[in-house]
Amino acid sequence: MCVLIFVDQTEGHIKKSSYEVLTYGVKLAAQIGTTAEALLLGTVNDDLAALGKYGVSKVHQAANETLNHLDAQLYAKVIAEAVQSIGATVVVLSHNQTGKAIAARISARLKAGLVTGAIALPDTSNGFVVKRTVFSGKAFANVNIVTPIKVISLNPNSFHVAVGEGSATVESLNVTVDPSKIKVTAVNKVSGEVPLTEADIVVSGGRGLKGPENWGMIEDLAHELHAATACSRPVADSDWRPHHEHVGQTGVQIAPNLYIAIGISGAIQHLAGVNRSKVIVVINKDPEAPFFKAADYGIVGDAFEVVPQLTAEIKKMHNN
Amino acid sequence: MKILVCISKTPDTTSKIAFKNGNTQFDEAGVQWILNPYDEWYALVKALELKEKDPSIVLHLITVGTADCDPVIRKALALGGDEAIRVNTDSTDSYSIAVQIAAVAKEGGYDLILTGKETIDYNGASVPGFISELLDIPYVSLAIKFELNGSVATIDREIEGGEEVNEVALPVVVGCQKGMAEQRIPNMRGIMAARTKPLKVVAPIAVDALTSVVNFELPLAKAGVKLVAADNVAELVRLLHEEAKAI
Repeated sequence: MCVLIFVDQTEGHIKKSSYEVLTYGVKLAAQIGTTAEALLLGTVNDDLAALGKYGVSKVHQAANETLNHLDAQLYAKVIAEAVQSIGATVVVLSHNQTGKAIAARISARLKAGLVTGAIALPDTSNGFVVKRTVFSGKAFANVNIVTPIKVISLNPNSFHVAVGEGSATVESLNVTVDPSKIKVTAVNKVSGEVPLTEADIVVSGGRGLKGPENWGMIEDLAHELHAATACSRPVADSDWRPHHEHVGQTGVQIAPNLYIAIGISGAIQHLAGVNRSKVIVVINKDPEAPFFKAADYGIVGDAFEVVPQLTAEIKKMHNN
Repeated sequence: MKILVCISKTPDTTSKIAFKNGNTQFDEAGVQWILNPYDEWYALVKALELKEKDPSIVLHLITVGTADCDPVIRKALALGGDEAIRVNTDSTDSYSIAVQIAAVAKEGGYDLILTGKETIDYNGASVPGFISELLDIPYVSLAIKFELNGSVATIDREIEGGEEVNEVALPVVVGCQKGMAEQRIPNMRGIMAARTKPLKVVAPIAVDALTSVVNFELPLAKAGVKLVAADNVAELVRLLHEEAKAI
């Protein structure tokens, strides 16, 4: 009996989302009185024993190069085999691009109930109830897993990584790996501009910026945050910015983790396009701007003074 | 060549989300039902594009649900497709739904099964994965581009910070998202034709759900804006980092 944590890797390195899952799995193991062990498929350059710092006692590695690329069918087969040979009762993984491909396959293979997009540790006081987001973030569902083995995929950015001391033993996992039916012919990483609808952070400007020549500070802030840039409708209609940047009811609808609105008053049509953002920051010199009512954080002030300071402070934080 | 497109009905994107019976059930009062946008705009329209290139392709649509799904499946047929299948059951556990689809798919011998990457109500992103495992065939998720050359598919899928190009021989299950195809609007000819297209209702097979929803919760209303003084921008950065965990 243990919690098995699937550690996802790409190009020789463990993904950031996997560290969140490690913390989640270790806390879950402590909650249900068992140990947490990690499982890595493929080969990496990172030191696997160092995963002990996140609280796992053991790392199982299927060091087969066929597994360096995702093939959902192969991954699910190997993970399910590992769950059975290790005797795990809970499998946790990230609800990231890989998790979305393999979680359901692992679940079906093991006849183990699955909750995807979990945002909290399960409530084990009466059953095994996991909270997840539903209706595109407009609500939550508490879902009971009724099978002996459980599979949980954790929403990225919903759990804080905890690091301590320790070293894990690394064991190689003996599994048969079939040839992959998927051939990876190219990997193209996007560089430069962050696509608006996929951005975690969006920095948006409105008429308060007075003209297209003032967009440099918006772009600087966006660059520092690895954010996409957006604008209000009047800005797009005045051709200060391209129309594909227009967010709102008739433009693009977005739901980033963080939306920073600068010099935008917050008309209802604009709010409809951004109100699913997790955190909204409004910077406006007018304290009566309706946007403040929909915001989590706000600064009443002159954007031309506040925004460059904000960029500088974030840069300071990143350098620390 | 046979293609199966999986269709789900979802509340319209502008629906007010509310629950009833002690927050155990979605309140359907006043809700407009639509085809799940990912199923419609990307999976179904991609299948239509493939059929337009190769009219010998047989295109079937499938949904799992009770008779109140019929208007939505007729709307899907108005866009295109030869016939639709509805498995007559009201299960909500995504595994049970996938088991029904997999049973029909196994029987029908489909070369390509297309679904949306997720539905906009439960957002599980799990039905296509379940189907592929139940059929023991490859699965490519989060697909943004799809080309077919004979019996080999070239699929671009989303990865962190980019795309990966996969080549895979059919049969395969593909979860579709933006980029796969352009949205279409059904025309009058399609709507008229859909009325006479076959909609087969089949009985479900027995399956035990693996999960059950205990209850739903709505997010707490915004606590109100926390204002930071304009000369204390560092405090805003601290709050965003430590409290909101947004940066």
